[in-house]
Amino acid sequence: MANMSLEKIKMPEQAPNIRNKNFEEVALGYTAEMAMEEATRCLNCKHKPCIEGCPVNVRIPEFIAEVAKGDFMAAYKIITSTNALPAVCGRVCPQESQCEAKCVRGIKGEAVAIGRLERFVADWYMANCNETPEKPETNGKKVAVVGSGPSSLACAGDLAKAGYEVTVFEAFHKAGGVLVYGIPEFRLPKGIVQKEIDTLAALGVKFMTNMVIGKVLSIDEIIEDMGFEAVFIGTGAGLPTFMSIPGEALVGVYSANEYLTRINLMKAYLSEYDTPIRNSKAVAVVGGGNVAMDAARCAKRLGAENVYIVYRRSEAEMPARLEEVHHAKEEGIEFHLLRNPVQILNNGSGQVCGIECLKMELGEPDASGRRSPVPIEGSNYVIDVDTVVMSIGTSPNPLIRSTTKGLESNRRGCLVVNEETNQTTREGVYAGGDAVTGAATVILAMGAGKKAAAAIDEYLKNK
Amino acid sequence: MFQIVNKRELNSAVTLLEIEAPFVAKKAQAGQFIIFRVDEFSERVPLTIADYNREKGTVTIIFQKVGFSTNLLASKEIGDTISDFVGPLGTATEYEGMKKVAVVGGGVGCAIAYPQAKALHELGVEVDVIVGFRNKDIVILEDEMKAVSTNYYLMTDDGSKAEKGFVTDKLKALIEGGNEYDTVIAIGPIPMMKFVSLTTKPYGIKTIVSLNPIMIDGTGMCGGCRVTVGGEIKFACVDGPDFDGHLVDFDELINRNSIYKEREGEISKDHVCRMDKLAKDLIQ
Ligand SMILES: Cc1cc2nc3c(=O)[nH]c(=O)nc-3n(C[C@H](O)[C@H](O)[C@H](O)COP(=O)(O)OP(=O)(O)OC[C@H]3O[C@@H](n4cnc5c(N)ncnc54)[C@H](O)[C@@H]3O)c2cc1C
Ligand SMILES: Cc1cc2nc3c(=O)[nH]c(=O)nc-3n(C[C@H](O)[C@H](O)[C@H](O)COP(=O)(O)OP(=O)(O)OC[C@H]3O[C@@H](n4cnc5c(N)ncnc54)[C@H](O)[C@@H]3O)c2cc1C
Ligand code: SF4
Ligand code: SF4
Ligand code: FES
Ligand SMILES: [Mg+2]
Repeated sequence: MANMSLEKIKMPEQAPNIRNKNFEEVALGYTAEMAMEEATRCLNCKHKPCIEGCPVNVRIPEFIAEVAKGDFMAAYKIITSTNALPAVCGRVCPQESQCEAKCVRGIKGEAVAIGRLERFVADWYMANCNETPEKPETNGKKVAVVGSGPSSLACAGDLAKAGYEVTVFEAFHKAGGVLVYGIPEFRLPKGIVQKEIDTLAALGVKFMTNMVIGKVLSIDEIIEDMGFEAVFIGTGAGLPTFMSIPGEALVGVYSANEYLTRINLMKAYLSEYDTPIRNSKAVAVVGGGNVAMDAARCAKRLGAENVYIVYRRSEAEMPARLEEVHHAKEEGIEFHLLRNPVQILNNGSGQVCGIECLKMELGEPDASGRRSPVPIEGSNYVIDVDTVVMSIGTSPNPLIRSTTKGLESNRRGCLVVNEETNQTTREGVYAGGDAVTGAATVILAMGAGKKAAAAIDEYLKNK
Repeated sequence: MFQIVNKRELNSAVTLLEIEAPFVAKKAQAGQFIIFRVDEFSERVPLTIADYNREKGTVTIIFQKVGFSTNLLASKEIGDTISDFVGPLGTATEYEGMKKVAVVGGGVGCAIAYPQAKALHELGVEVDVIVGFRNKDIVILEDEMKAVSTNYYLMTDDGSKAEKGFVTDKLKALIEGGNEYDTVIAIGPIPMMKFVSLTTKPYGIKTIVSLNPIMIDGTGMCGGCRVTVGGEIKFACVDGPDFDGHLVDFDELINRNSIYKEREGEISKDHVCRMDKLAKDLIQ
């Protein structure tokens, strides 16, 4: 008999006023007992609506049934048959708009905690199984993977397992993409990402960091001079956008990319690291996505007394994961919703001393049915801050497409690919993740990497 | 890991290192730069490619010890390795159509000006080099510069060597004296580049400056290196570091570069311990 509780088993967490002063993980994870108990809330529905909600179709009721039985190994095998990074996805997927959105238990009460269970299984595996994977026999064919975010890691993993000699070229000094430079430690411990990378290395994947493709090597040189027979481009969407409002060049204005890179990749919060970061008392973060929540929560942890989210629409439109918004509020981040910055103020010596905002209201629904915000004239007010973090979106970096002939991109700078195979407009060159979709999610990037790996395998077998 | 294969102290504050980095050496061009990290705890710091040797697979950098990271790098010896060395970054300087050029270098900026003068010289362009230093003790790259220039003019602020005065005085005198430069390339402290640009403006001589905003990635992903040029935002690491000196907002750049001034002081203090420890490790 299923457990008919309307609520998920609660996730143990660090208390808000403690965690907003440290960078340790916020959510502590289920115990085996909690996981088994939560698993009994799944009704094992015949039509499995939850699976359709998952971009990589994790066989959800099947793995949950194994968790309920306590066979975590079997659960792990089921999950990893379609999802290469369960410890990551269990933590960062926007479950409320994916798998859990479709769960029938969500109609009355809370959905089954699919993400938390996935995380539990993956963590259990990492803690209890140390078997290093065996390096498969090589088929002698070389494939290059550019970038090392989730799309690239998934692609490299599948190709390595199929016997290809895979080399990953990463621009930064560390592999992992947004998982290491963007998403903070308190949401996704870097040790987890490193374990995934170590596993790939054990499978024979070579990681070459400090390699900015398009500068040090072109895609053509990778193919023609270095003997790679196919290339996967997973370079993400890392180009920051600014608002083009007065004051953006003042000292104290950061892009979220810069702010988060200093903190997460370059560990500005640890005193043994040399990375400088501004010592802020009051910070405004402009934007309403995961990136904005991460920047705001980092600012708080670095000691800022007042941290504000300034977002031009209402809370319902915020693209951030529900859990992050909830956590941010608990940690004392103040939300200024339906507010749009018009200028950043100068303290007279070139430093930020405030951000002037305009209040907005929701107008009539437009053609798409979405109510867009319209400014309320004369409603300007100033929030006193010494630091502003711009988190209003990113687009793909032009470096690769501008140095590779025959790679088509669309108006937004995203690489054009064949939807079935993820092949670009160049034979033998594939792409996936944010470089193709624009800023999206970890799970979509991972799915694209797996799809491209299958297509590359097919292409090279028939070549 | 990247190994140091050669080291020279050019003066008490300026060090030359030759580093094994075959991929970078293969592609390097004048006007481009690298970013290094000494070890896991280090910042990412940009330095211009002063020279390269494609056969040996090495890249030369010349830098002034101004703060923690440059001092840390200068403490490394031949045979030591550093953890990261990425490049070549930035856009190479365009020499298209240049016939007679004045290359103006200030202080350690000479290290950055040197590869430019050399590249021009190799293209058969007439190159006048004007360099300025505070005093005779810190003059660097004299022989190297002479070897790649048609005329070499050395200025010292205090007159302790060669001519007393600023590089702008000399540049103005040369222009007034009938030298028809099609281009002036100015590299050095920001105020110096600003004043060279002001000097050439009335004559309408195209002036290229090499900007040095604070950088982290060097690939266009952080926007920290943004500068205003002709009223537009540019990312110096990818759109530059070379820009038209008549269009650059130098005052904004000076302001933006001051962001970590206080913090840098603190870091140096905090890190006395780290430096000490590193020094001890070296002795053992
Ligand atoms: C702060 C932040 C928080 C986020 N939170 C979430 C979340 O909670 N849930 C979620 O699902 N998604 C989240 N996302 C989005 C998610 O991280 C991305 O959609 C995903 O990482 C994209 O993966 P990718 O493989 O396409 O590229 P990325 O992860 O962007 O990795 C691209 C890699 O390519 C490298 N690269 C770029 N150019 C070159 C080049 N020329 N040569 C060599 N290497 C290059 C980059 O350095 C980088 O390492 C977040 C994003 C950010 C920035
Ligand atoms: C494209 C480029 C090329 C350069 N080439 C050379 C060169 O060939 N030789 C040379 O001596 N110097 C060069 N510089 C300057 C050099 O990067 C700085 O001197 C160095 O970063 C100082 O670091 P520090 O920790 O030793 O000193 P700090 O005490 O940390 O800083 C001293 C000053 O250096 C600047 N600075 C600090 N951090 C950075 C950073 N991450 N990026 C850029 N500037 C920073 C700031 O103006 C700061 O006030 C170049 C800078 C750029 C952007
Ligand atoms: S991968 Fe993401 S969407 Fe799919 S089941 Fe797991 S948490 Fe849900
Ligand atoms: S929809 Fe919910 S209850 Fe039904 S099988 Fe999926 S997880 Fe279980
Ligand atoms: S250094 Fe980050 S964009 Fe230029
Ligand atoms: Mg420094």
